[in-house]
Amino acid sequence: MRIALNVNGEPREVVAAWEGESLLFVLRERLGLPGSKNACEQGECGSCTVYLDGVPVCACLVLAAQADGREVLTVEGIAAGDELHPVQRAFVECGAVQCGFCTPGLVVAAHALLEANPDPGDGEIREALAGNVCRCTGYEKILEAVRVASAEMSR
Amino acid sequence: MITVEATLTPTTLAEALEMRAAHPGSVPIAGGTDLMVELNFDRRRPERLLDLTRVPELAELGRDDGAVHLGAGVTYTGIVERLGAAAPALAIASRTVGSPQIRNRGTVGGNLGTASPAGDALPPLVASGASVEVASARGRRTVAAADFCVGPKRNVLDADELIVAVDVPAARGPQQFAKVGVRNAMVIAVCSFALAVDARSRRVTTAIGSAAPTVVSAPEAEAFLAGALDERDGWDRPARLGEAELARFGDLVAAAARPIDDVRGTVAYRRHALAVLARRALDWAWTDYARSWA
Ligand SMILES: Cc1cc2nc3c(=O)[nH]c(=O)nc-3n(C[C@H](O)[C@H](O)[C@H](O)COP(=O)(O)OP(=O)(O)OC[C@H]3O[C@@H](n4cnc5c(N)ncnc54)[C@H](O)[C@@H]3O)c2cc1C
Ligand code: FES
Ligand code: FES
Repeated sequence: MRIALNVNGEPREVVAAWEGESLLFVLRERLGLPGSKNACEQGECGSCTVYLDGVPVCACLVLAAQADGREVLTVEGIAAGDELHPVQRAFVECGAVQCGFCTPGLVVAAHALLEANPDPGDGEIREALAGNVCRCTGYEKILEAVRVASAEMSR
Repeated sequence: MITVEATLTPTTLAEALEMRAAHPGSVPIAGGTDLMVELNFDRRRPERLLDLTRVPELAELGRDDGAVHLGAGVTYTGIVERLGAAAPALAIASRTVGSPQIRNRGTVGGNLGTASPAGDALPPLVASGASVEVASARGRRTVAAADFCVGPKRNVLDADELIVAVDVPAARGPQQFAKVGVRNAMVIAVCSFALAVDARSRRVTTAIGSAAPTVVSAPEAEAFLAGALDERDGWDRPARLGEAELARFGDLVAAAARPIDDVRGTVAYRRHALAVLARRALDWAWTDYARSWA
């Protein structure tokens, strides 16, 4: 089954092998975009978070065919070329990354939060990131990174 | 070589119903937040999938004649953003579903399709007297939300039918929803409770989630409260309810449940938690009624 979609601004085409294939599988295994991580395949961890037509979703829960004709923005498309996005820079600077497995999903989720709400309170940050699980860093530094990115972006 | 049956991708409701009738083995998919988990873990290999996300009729959200017409494909995020005033219990419940990513995809149609007694949209629909619009190529019918699920993971849908929408009477008084889970976010309800105060018909209606094979209401708690309010002219001269009344109401709600022991909680815990949830939800809603609706 042929699927045509736009990924990070580029038109791409793939042939999915079986109809239950997820958007996450297509991104990682067929389009060579391994930024979005696969850690649970059941919507629990958020490490596969991407934008689908501007809306943050778990790519593991989107059927590949549902993305046909749609626009996908992955973590690979967040930076402007070699210039890291302020959210990415803040994660590095605040030490919010240890093994880094959760980071791509958190970057996309935090990006989405700050696009919608440039100056979130702690309660709002917690609610917005509730679907992203980190096994190693602990959430304090992640919260701090979002606060720093928010300050940086509103400067 | 495995041949791949293309997913069916109707772009109108009529087309979706025709495809459903022509492919009895096909499985509808909306937000995929229940179904994709089954596919990813190979628990299910449907013959064919029927993608509903391109059917505009299912994404409609409108209001007429004092009711909200909520398309089966409207997401929880859409409900939270748009139905806080017209369907408060449903909006509160929607905000407790999963995470932002899940709420951006998950739909009420999918919650009804899955028919889990822990589905968070279901108690608000039952408490507010909503009805479910179902259609097939043969025609349409309407089923009361309270009758839609007939057991855990079982509903009244026929093989060629789709859920089109839910019609929710617009709130005529305060509503509440409360749920207990093992943490504050991303949890399946251990038990939940919804309540709707109808200032016009002067009734308080209830529904219990995740504590019986389907969502059930608590008629004895409703009758007790109706009596207590009548006795002291509570609808016209509302005052906060007393501790004893709230506690009795909570106990009667707990007694209406038929919980089981499972990994999420025991029978005793569920009954205890339900009594607490019901007492609080009633106190919040009635205080609100006394302040701004009477
Ligand atoms: C991480 C995570 C957290 C979750 N948290 C919660 C929670 O807190 N509370 C809760 O209630 N649920 C929760 N869920 C479950 C799920 O999100 C909900 O049940 C949701 O409402 C399903 O909607 P959907 O559109 O994604 O359904 P889908 O997965 O697309 O479909 C579910 C079922 O309904 C059928 N179906 C869908 N639409 C129709 C239709 N129009 N007509 C006929 N059949 C249809 C499908 O065939 C399938 O059997 C969670 C799921 C995940 C993965
Ligand atoms: S891999 Fe998609 S949410 Fe965990
Ligand atoms: S840094 Fe390892 S999971 Fe978050």
